[in-house]
Amino acid sequence: MKILLSGNEAVARGAYEGGAKVATAYPGTPSTEILEEIAKYKEIYCEWSTNEKVALEVALGASYAGARALTAMKHVGLNVAADPLFSASYIGATGGLVVASCDDPGMHSSQNEQDNRHYARSAKIPLLEPSDSQEAKDFTKLAFEISEKFDTPVLLRLTTRISHSKSVVELKERHEISIKGYKKDFLKRVLLPAVARKRHVFVEERMLRLKEYAEKFPYNRIEEGKSKIGVIASGVAYQYAKEVFPDAWFLKLSFSYPLPEKLIRKFASLVKEIYIVEENDPFLETEIKAMGIRVIGKEKVPIIGELNPAIIRKSFGLEKEKKTYDLPHIPKRPPALCPGCPHTPVYYALSRLKVIVTGDIGCYTLGALPPLNTTDSCAEMGASISNALGLEKALKGTEHPKIVAVIGDSTFLHSGITSLIDVVYNKGTSTVIILDNSTTAMTGHQDHPGTGRTLKGEETTKISLEKLCKAIGIEHTYVIDPYNLKQTKEIINREIHRAEPSVIITKRPCVLLFRGKKWTPAQIDPELCTACKLCLRLGCPAISLRNEKPSIDEFLCTGCEVCIELCPLKAIKLKDPSGETVRNPKI
Amino acid sequence: MQVKSIVICGVGGQGILLASDILADVCLESGYDVKKSEVHGMSQRGGDVISTVRYGEKVYSPIIGENSADIILALEKLEALRNIPYLKSDGKLIVNDYRWDPLPVASGLDSYPEEVLEVLKSNVRNIYIVDGAKIAKEAGNLRTMNVVLLGVLSLFLDFSKEIWIKVMEKRIPSKYLEMNLIAFEKGRNLKI
Repeated sequence: MKILLSGNEAVARGAYEGGAKVATAYPGTPSTEILEEIAKYKEIYCEWSTNEKVALEVALGASYAGARALTAMKHVGLNVAADPLFSASYIGATGGLVVASCDDPGMHSSQNEQDNRHYARSAKIPLLEPSDSQEAKDFTKLAFEISEKFDTPVLLRLTTRISHSKSVVELKERHEISIKGYKKDFLKRVLLPAVARKRHVFVEERMLRLKEYAEKFPYNRIEEGKSKIGVIASGVAYQYAKEVFPDAWFLKLSFSYPLPEKLIRKFASLVKEIYIVEENDPFLETEIKAMGIRVIGKEKVPIIGELNPAIIRKSFGLEKEKKTYDLPHIPKRPPALCPGCPHTPVYYALSRLKVIVTGDIGCYTLGALPPLNTTDSCAEMGASISNALGLEKALKGTEHPKIVAVIGDSTFLHSGITSLIDVVYNKGTSTVIILDNSTTAMTGHQDHPGTGRTLKGEETTKISLEKLCKAIGIEHTYVIDPYNLKQTKEIINREIHRAEPSVIITKRPCVLLFRGKKWTPAQIDPELCTACKLCLRLGCPAISLRNEKPSIDEFLCTGCEVCIELCPLKAIKLKDPSGETVRNPKI
Repeated sequence: MQVKSIVICGVGGQGILLASDILADVCLESGYDVKKSEVHGMSQRGGDVISTVRYGEKVYSPIIGENSADIILALEKLEALRNIPYLKSDGKLIVNDYRWDPLPVASGLDSYPEEVLEVLKSNVRNIYIVDGAKIAKEAGNLRTMNVVLLGVLSLFLDFSKEIWIKVMEKRIPSKYLEMNLIAFEKGRNLKI
């Protein structure tokens, strides 16, 4: 049967057809749907892990048992999981072990544009790069086989356009693989220096065998052309280049590390000039230049941002005549915190105080944008708390604003907790606000250890953030309702002046968890409104300025009542005082 | 047949992903190779959304660059303006006469350009303006605006009505199906 699947759905299908028994991940765009799809197959144990390091370690443990295991993460997630990745390279794989990394060229939803193909080279493991959904499925299955055949983890590298594009896929049945069972193997898995030295010898020999394999890998292929130009490309860049150079010869690389040197030399002998078309870093280019082969690459193809056929055409001076348009200024349409978002009142409260706010990764990063303009930094998962401690220690003895760290519940459990332990241990005094909306919102509402549900939808122990914070020694831990603006302001103001560390957990579910509900909206009485525009400072998408006075869009408003509390003239009221609102949902 | 490229754009929450999923399935059911692309994540929080559907005998790239779309279907006027550089010089623009203020406009920090439709008309030869909101309300719900526009789009594409209906029956939850089929029909019956 042929259907349209996204690359992520195809990886999930490949794991299913390839007989995977265990799959793990921490959500992260553009990788999230891989595990969401795998969760639909009852044959596979799967989990949202606390973070990517844990996810890879669980998969590695399953591989010890001889089961096929897959772990998926966004590119920066592999930084978190880099430690087990390098050890897994030495330990190798008993059951097939596949690490799917979804890179984000163009940074559609990421803090950097790192090219994770480098991880294959530095961890000395094979790299597969699918260029559409069919290959995403096929390569996932092949990756299990390569992993077992060569005793190695395999890096399956997707990019946003592979993960989130749909293309035609032929479905097959599941191939059931029986678990080999656990066998103790001291010389393989206990990486004491004496063992690791021997394993390094194995890894280097494995690289040579993998290189030979790459020469014969059927998806590394030469495609005959009519011109004297040869293009070498992998991943989605291959698809773009096929459109730009319809007459060229192509060397399509799918098994792209270690590279098939003989095949590349053969290709070089067939053409007069070689173009390397790859997104982001000159990964293939550097390797091929090191073989002494003359190629044209990054001097033409941009290193920054996502490619597309038009950009490649332009890079090589093949641009068609372009139509120019006479357009006025077009206002940007940045993403925003949703109407009724429980983070909004917290950010509003912070925006009224002169504080340094270290931020973290999630929807709440949007608190950095106008009109809230609150967050001062956003580095990576868990950084808010440790950044705050560093600022505090460096600024000690100087006059400086109070420091507040803001982090989401899922991010806190991912890696904020270790930072908070550091604050306690090293006598920090920062105030930490945990925006607890009971979900991993940004990536599309996944469960986590604090929600009391697993990826499979089973009930499980719900980890209490309050008890956790108290247990590590944060005596001043408070749980508050962020919709209560007055209390939120008071408690934040009180805690930032405390000479001890404190945690404020602002607890309200994400408004999008109530999807499909109809809420009673708030309305502004134009007779009472004096257009002071204070309500606009919340940055609520439901409130907009029309004809000099703010008005509320009743389709968007959720009735959180924060603007009602904020309005000094009491000009805002609920349309129906007894109606259901997100603040008082009837569940 | 040359590959055709269709761009559907608008604001997160307008049902662009459903519309492009339906279109892509219609292409597949009609026997074409098809690729579809969009970006998830940040853009779902009220940001602008763009989805590309490409079909033909053999499709390589899932996305296009500037000056490459055969048709742009814009569910919001400002987004039509933002995306016209993607349109081929002889491409068609179907635009929903609907305004959704971006947050910087709503909060008074920026302004919505004036006479958007006039600007579009002066820049694009083949432009078709549709009052999607009015038709969707007639169909029973403002939220069917995306399907009204799909109905209009179907007039420009060579797919059978039966396939459109078959795909919608598969893609749209039964609770909302009838309303959406009416919306599609109303769009398709417009005199353009």
